[in-house]
Amino acid sequence: MLLITCPWCGARPENEFRYGGEAHIARPPDPASLDDASWADFLYMRSNPKGRHAERWRHIHGCGRFFNCVRNTISDRIEATYKPGEPTPR
Amino acid sequence: MRFNLYSLLRHAIGGAPWPEQWRSPEPKPAYDVVIIGAGGHGLATAYYLARDHGIRRVAVLERGWLGGGNTGRNTTVIRSNYLRDESAALYEHALQLWETLAQELNYNVMYSPRGVMMLAHSVHEAQVFKRHVHANRLNGIDNEWLTPGEAKAFCPPLNISSDLRYPILGAALQRRGGVARHDAVAWAYARGASALGVDIIQNCEVTGISRTASGAVNAVETTRGRIAARKVAVVAAGHTSVVMAMAGVRMPLESYPLQALVSEPVKPVLPCVVMSNSVHAYISQSDKGELVIGAGTDAYVSYSQAGGLHVAEHTLEAICELFPTFRRLRMLRNWGGIVDVTPDRSPIIGLTPVPGLYVNCGWGTGGFKAIPGSGHVFAATIARGEPHLIAAPFALERFVTGQLIDEAAAAAVAH
Repeated sequence: MLLITCPWCGARPENEFRYGGEAHIARPPDPASLDDASWADFLYMRSNPKGRHAERWRHIHGCGRFFNCVRNTISDRIEATYKPGEPTPR
Repeated sequence: MRFNLYSLLRHAIGGAPWPEQWRSPEPKPAYDVVIIGAGGHGLATAYYLARDHGIRRVAVLERGWLGGGNTGRNTTVIRSNYLRDESAALYEHALQLWETLAQELNYNVMYSPRGVMMLAHSVHEAQVFKRHVHANRLNGIDNEWLTPGEAKAFCPPLNISSDLRYPILGAALQRRGGVARHDAVAWAYARGASALGVDIIQNCEVTGISRTASGAVNAVETTRGRIAARKVAVVAAGHTSVVMAMAGVRMPLESYPLQALVSEPVKPVLPCVVMSNSVHAYISQSDKGELVIGAGTDAYVSYSQAGGLHVAEHTLEAICELFPTFRRLRMLRNWGGIVDVTPDRSPIIGLTPVPGLYVNCGWGTGGFKAIPGSGHVFAATIARGEPHLIAAPFALERFVTGQLIDEAAAAAVAH
């Protein structure tokens, strides 16, 4: 079980959280102008990296808020968590 | 060498050493087809390429050891009772090949059609399973509805008491479903393919996919040098996204750890496979006597081949509730495999945007059962350069056209 630091509530066990998938996938500003391939890319294609992964979590059994997290998918070690709108740590 | 009574006696009593079951050659500079990944799907693909299509200049490259990924890590359940017509055709094709696989390959894969029973714990679930039963029958696939009493008659240790937190309201049973010996499947296909001239090259990691100026693949870069290939087939399960990225192709996949565990061996207690979606139980008994238990996936993308203890604990709680007699059993081992999951929970089989590059992936949490059928239709797809009729609906393009094959309920366990 991961120990995840909510940016508002602090370190809590993983089962207080819900995983929210890959982070920083912005909804296209004008969906009607997209072709099918671009829409498929937005909906379905994921980077699924072996290594650093920016992802969303939601503290559903806590403050209820979404936040972002950088985790290494080989070691599962969490590098950082950060609030929405903040830049991804390098 | 063929296995028969004479050869068994000669080696068992005569003491003659058993020969190696497949060759371990050095990689040649070039092949017609290079398959990346020597799991069940990759080895089966190589076997059918050689047997059915006369393509024998084939190499199967494996980063680790043969059958050491998900083929050696799953819970070996075989069934074909999928809801959608496309899936039913694919998995039933595989199941029919399972029925004669040991004879075909002259290797005991220990296919045991002992029945797969899926439990329903709510009115809604009972309705959904009955819909599955009817859909399966329309496709000519056996599946039947059992009352709780009939389910207990088929599987005596099952607790059908109304005191359960989630009482059993009935079950769907596919009698032709069952289990097989996972390692033997990989070994049998490796032996069969090797005898037909396929080179199986272990400890050979692909580090790059080389393309011509026009974009077509022409070689793979490996830790054992460059290997030219007219066609390259990626069958890399949880690492498919990583390998396809070498050719610049993004995939609709996410990789999750999926856990399994086995108990200490006991005498025969569980005559069939039992699955439950609501409480997440997934259990059968191996011929060695161990209870083989499938747990869920972790919530997050990972390549760690481990998984959280709370995931396995959740499954064991459900098993102890359904089978009170198993409460005192100790667990011997647990492990994880990395499963590649698609948005519609159906596999991807076929061509890619890169000429000469083929992919077979996205089997998620249930690929073992499909190995023979998957290899068979994928080999035909590679040989002809166009999708096999059964494979066609599973093309990568479905995520652009929107013709998804939604089998999110098919696993009978929530992932």
